[in-house]
Amino acid sequence: MTYLSRLFVALSVVLAFGLSAPQVQAQVNPTQSSVNEDAMFQALGGDSAVVSGRVTIPDRGAGTLISPDNKSWAALQGRTLHTLSIWAVIGMIAILTLFYLIRGKIRIDSGMSGRTILRFNWVERFAHWTLASTFIILALTGLNLIIGKSVILPIFGEAAFGTLSAYGKIAHNYLAWPFMASLVMILLLWIVHNIPEKLDLDWIKQAGGLLKKGVHPPARKFNAGQKLIFWAVVIGGAGLSYTGIMMLFPAEAGTQADWQFYQVVHALIAAALSAIVIAHIYIGSVGMEGAFDAMGSGEVDENWAKEHHSLWVEEVKATQKRNTTQVTTPAE
Amino acid sequence: MARMKFLCDADRCIECQACVTACKNEHEVPWGINRRRVVTINDGLPGERSVSMACMHCTDAPCAAVCPVACFYTTDDGVVLHNKDTCIGCGYCSYACPFGAPQYPQTANFGTRGKMDKCTYCSGGPEPDMSQAEYVKYGANRLAEGKLPLCAEMCSTKALLAGDGDIIADIYRERVVTRGYGSGAWGWRTAYGDTVTV
Repeated sequence: MTYLSRLFVALSVVLAFGLSAPQVQAQVNPTQSSVNEDAMFQALGGDSAVVSGRVTIPDRGAGTLISPDNKSWAALQGRTLHTLSIWAVIGMIAILTLFYLIRGKIRIDSGMSGRTILRFNWVERFAHWTLASTFIILALTGLNLIIGKSVILPIFGEAAFGTLSAYGKIAHNYLAWPFMASLVMILLLWIVHNIPEKLDLDWIKQAGGLLKKGVHPPARKFNAGQKLIFWAVVIGGAGLSYTGIMMLFPAEAGTQADWQFYQVVHALIAAALSAIVIAHIYIGSVGMEGAFDAMGSGEVDENWAKEHHSLWVEEVKATQKRNTTQVTTPAE
Repeated sequence: MARMKFLCDADRCIECQACVTACKNEHEVPWGINRRRVVTINDGLPGERSVSMACMHCTDAPCAAVCPVACFYTTDDGVVLHNKDTCIGCGYCSYACPFGAPQYPQTANFGTRGKMDKCTYCSGGPEPDMSQAEYVKYGANRLAEGKLPLCAEMCSTKALLAGDGDIIADIYRERVVTRGYGSGAWGWRTAYGDTVTV
């Protein structure tokens, strides 16, 4: 190929590109091919998608532009859990009122004997009352966060309700720790007495004698009903503690969706456990004669103990007998 | 009554951050809080767009639904405001908001977040309009002075529009028809249930 023909080819290539390039640019406007909100959401997977980008401020979380799914949690927390919590509490109180009206206070069938027997020592009572008092405050301040705005706000007005809720939140955050400590205490103190056994099935079959006067299925230190309360408190309390810690330390919880999940679980367990504990408070106070003494003075009436915890009384008596024989019989 | 809304025309936004700066300056916003921010989507890729985002003042605001102390209220102009005296800093609204608007002056653990702060659409709070108490807690009340939010008013490319929802939607629609494209009214479907259709 000659020098001239090479030049000609080179020129024609340059010419061809040089002439056609402006035409291509005129047809496609690069600014036109922008991201489109609707298309982007569709590509990312609909309403549960999160659109995010880059921000120049230190708070990287601000890079999340739109997360429509947060509205689903808002509806769940603002409406569903709100209604559910109200019904859990009102429902349990209604059931107990009905139970009280039909069955009345459960009396000691053989009457008070006058002799008492130690049921819970001071360590057990301390653990129980720490757990109970913190739980009640936690439940009330927690319930206030869910239903306070529709129950307490109209009565006390915005200023008083705001102050009450602010102190309530502080109480909730800090009393959670003695709650958790006493939860560990009751677990260690009572787990041996709360292992399910065959005896519990009979107790449940007879409904613990709750429904019929004079029926007293045998039980050891804790009957099946109390075992259920124990495990509900231990498992529910552990669940509340874990989800609660995640809510207190949001950075540990992970994403917003994770935090929302913990909040929903926390509220559900709280509603269920509150209902269970209301029943527990009922039977331990107005619902049954002689029951409160167990946690009050720690000493229960012997006849009460024989009726509700027959096998436990036998165990205690046997131990006492063994101990006294050892003491009174001199060593030879 | 007008129904106030924000609309960011992402095809005009040049990510100059002037809206962010104007907002901070106008309201003396505390350190670490950004009532408005600019987010760049597809950064460095073809079709990159920047969107200026703040509280969208939603219809049926999700923050108000979750607030345990009911401190939110919607004004006659459709602006979602809150009462810092009632706020307990629980943080729920920040998890309910689809736009990341609620922020807190403290980020310590144990729920010590302080009172929530967010865009007020330049219209203060429950205190008397343009009072010192209102300024300290919420910043300037331009709406009471008959002015629109400063971020939109000083936007150099008029990308950020503020005003009655119907009017700014018409302006945006006209722009899209004239130039032949538009990336959409970002956040409108989530905040108001419907986007601007052309």
